[in-house]
Amino acid sequence: MPTEWSIEAGARVIADHAGVRGPLLPVLHALQHEFGYVDAAAIPLVAKRLNVSRADVHGVLTFYSDLRTAPSGARSIAVCRGEACQAVGGHALADHAQERLGVRFGETTADGSTTLDQVFCLGLCALSPAVTVDGRARGRVDEATFDALVAADATVSPSADRGVGA
Amino acid sequence: MTVTVFVPGDSGARAVGADDVTDAIAAQASARGSDVAIVRNGSRGMYWLEPLVEVETPEGRVAYGPVTVADVAGLLDAGLLGGEPHPLGHGLVSRIDWLERQQRVTFARVGVVDPASPESFEAHGGMAGLRAALAMSPLDVVAAVTDSGLRGRGGAGFPTGIKWRTVADARSSVKFVCCNADEGDSGTFADRMLMEGDPFTLIEGMTIAAYAVGSSEGYVYIRSEYPDAVASMRRAIAAARERGWLGSDILGSGLSFDLDVRVGAGAYICGEETAMLDSLEGKRGMVRPKPPLPALAGLFGRPTVINNVLSLATVPMVLSQGSQAYQALGVGRSRGTQVFQLAGNVARGGIVETAFGLTLAELVDDFGGGTRSGRPVRAVQVGGPLGAYLPADALAVHLDYEELAAHGAMLGHGGVVVFDDSVDMGQQARFAMEFCAEESCGKCTPCRVGAVRGVEVIDRILVGPPEERAGQVALLEDLCELMTDGSLCAMGGLTPNPVRSVLRHFPQDLGIEPALEPVRAGDAR
Ligand SMILES: Cc1cc2nc3c(=O)[nH]c(=O)nc-3n(C[C@H](O)[C@H](O)[C@H](O)COP(=O)(O)O)c2cc1C
Ligand code: SF4
Ligand code: FES
Repeated sequence: MPTEWSIEAGARVIADHAGVRGPLLPVLHALQHEFGYVDAAAIPLVAKRLNVSRADVHGVLTFYSDLRTAPSGARSIAVCRGEACQAVGGHALADHAQERLGVRFGETTADGSTTLDQVFCLGLCALSPAVTVDGRARGRVDEATFDALVAADATVSPSADRGVGA
Repeated sequence: MTVTVFVPGDSGARAVGADDVTDAIAAQASARGSDVAIVRNGSRGMYWLEPLVEVETPEGRVAYGPVTVADVAGLLDAGLLGGEPHPLGHGLVSRIDWLERQQRVTFARVGVVDPASPESFEAHGGMAGLRAALAMSPLDVVAAVTDSGLRGRGGAGFPTGIKWRTVADARSSVKFVCCNADEGDSGTFADRMLMEGDPFTLIEGMTIAAYAVGSSEGYVYIRSEYPDAVASMRRAIAAARERGWLGSDILGSGLSFDLDVRVGAGAYICGEETAMLDSLEGKRGMVRPKPPLPALAGLFGRPTVINNVLSLATVPMVLSQGSQAYQALGVGRSRGTQVFQLAGNVARGGIVETAFGLTLAELVDDFGGGTRSGRPVRAVQVGGPLGAYLPADALAVHLDYEELAAHGAMLGHGGVVVFDDSVDMGQQARFAMEFCAEESCGKCTPCRVGAVRGVEVIDRILVGPPEERAGQVALLEDLCELMTDGSLCAMGGLTPNPVRSVLRHFPQDLGIEPALEPVRAGDAR
């Protein structure tokens, strides 16, 4: 779970990452990692600490689609819209996902439970269609398995941090 | 006796249940009193068989797949740990026809070694390339890479040795080696698999590059969609430092080189090398005009080698086996091997690495086994989202740089995406423009505005009044020309590729009459 945003906690995260070369993007990554999004109040803090303009910070924040300026839902689902997924029903799955959750890509459900995003390729193109649930990739997803993923309590994913990188 | 069992920790295998299978094997084997050691290897790239479980036997590794949790008890009953037969069994991995017909050079160790273990890497020939390089002069290393004929595998196909020479000749106290692991092309996944399955090879390749050009610092820029690859590389870099494979006085040679991983943030354009440099500097990923070449003024204005993961990961093999061995493979000016990534609507998708010279038909039909749906192949997109769609009657084309170019297509990063006859090519043309509109860095008008116009024009062709169609098609052709000629980088410059290929080969899907001259087999022009 992300930490609740506060100026003090934010300043700490910024200070921890300000020392790297080319720090702006790494600092914003770190803020999002810690708080789940980059709060507007962080912009002047980052600008001051890194000695850049607020416009520079804003520019980077809005350029990258991963960076959020508002908290996402409790759970994040992203559906791949790349060509390899399109070739095996990806268009239909994209429509189905939006219909099933009642939101469009980039939106969060009214109850705040789920944010739905689109992504262009997860590198699972021989196992398409592919989606991620809270960052965990799933391959060979059809409409039925998508519904099962939505129905499952995604906060319980015991093996989320495993595999080659664990 | 401990039996070694391999279950891929590759994120593709994990996406279809490899973690649960690992747990089930561990729990059930121990309940039976069997002593197993489970290694999370990379994937062999036979994704239709994932999760593919392998068991070490005196004869070699025996494979079973695709294995689900429900299969585990039956497999153990049948004697999985002794490599006994089972309906899911495929016998010795090394004898699987699909693998036997390949020539794995860049991917030689992927799926074989334990990616968490530097010992396993070294036991399978790792570090031989760097040792060979350190016994040569830096310029001889550059010459060896040049002589091998290795061309950049990121998309542009520029000779790697020539790029290195420029950086080696540049005078600067600081130089960088940057690995482009942004792998944004849909339909591609070889960089991911290599970083997850054999990360030390990439480190070795980058260290050789550093020695050759006189650099002491490097970065691996990995897209954020690849969290497992990020973790795998970070773990390997830490292990390499511990062993003296990174840091100062590497292997006692006096060479100093260290590496850091940087993570992208969901922008396709950051795969373009100059946009990647801006992103590495922490900025918006905006394309820089060339000149200056990044080789002379790259990261933080310093001379910089930028190479794709596969280019760098091939270098150790070139050095350890000799440039002539690599150069001896392939055809024409396409030397060595190509790592194809077979994806989309295909029965047997995955990694096919062979010497250049394969035809698209051999790849799609022989290796791929046709479509997954069982319907006829209608189109194959080669080379990612900026690559052309080739029609089913053009599959005789050889997949090398020159022949593809002659067909208005390109190899790109080696992605091959198969579509069956249910595909609506009008929608695919529209998507090409939509993707460009979404991912343009916004620096130049032909791309930023052209792609948005392109979507509108294609929409009018698809749903507008038929009598206006011819005019709109002419407009689309003009727009394609403008984007090709007027864009600063290949994002805007190549987006017309897929669009034009649809106009040429699938005009009926845009509601227009097919061209008069029929397309001959083997000639997609
Ligand atoms: C829009 C665009 C996206 C690109 N994406 C990638 C990528 O994801 N990975 C990559 O290695 N090269 C990519 N390239 C090519 C790079 O600009 C560059 O040519 C390459 O990294 C050089 O390495 P190589 O010579 O080893 O291929 C892209 C180019 C363009 C124009
Ligand atoms: S062609 Fe597109 S992506 Fe490339 S520099 Fe121009 S606007 Fe940016
Ligand atoms: S295109 Fe969907 S995972 Fe690659």
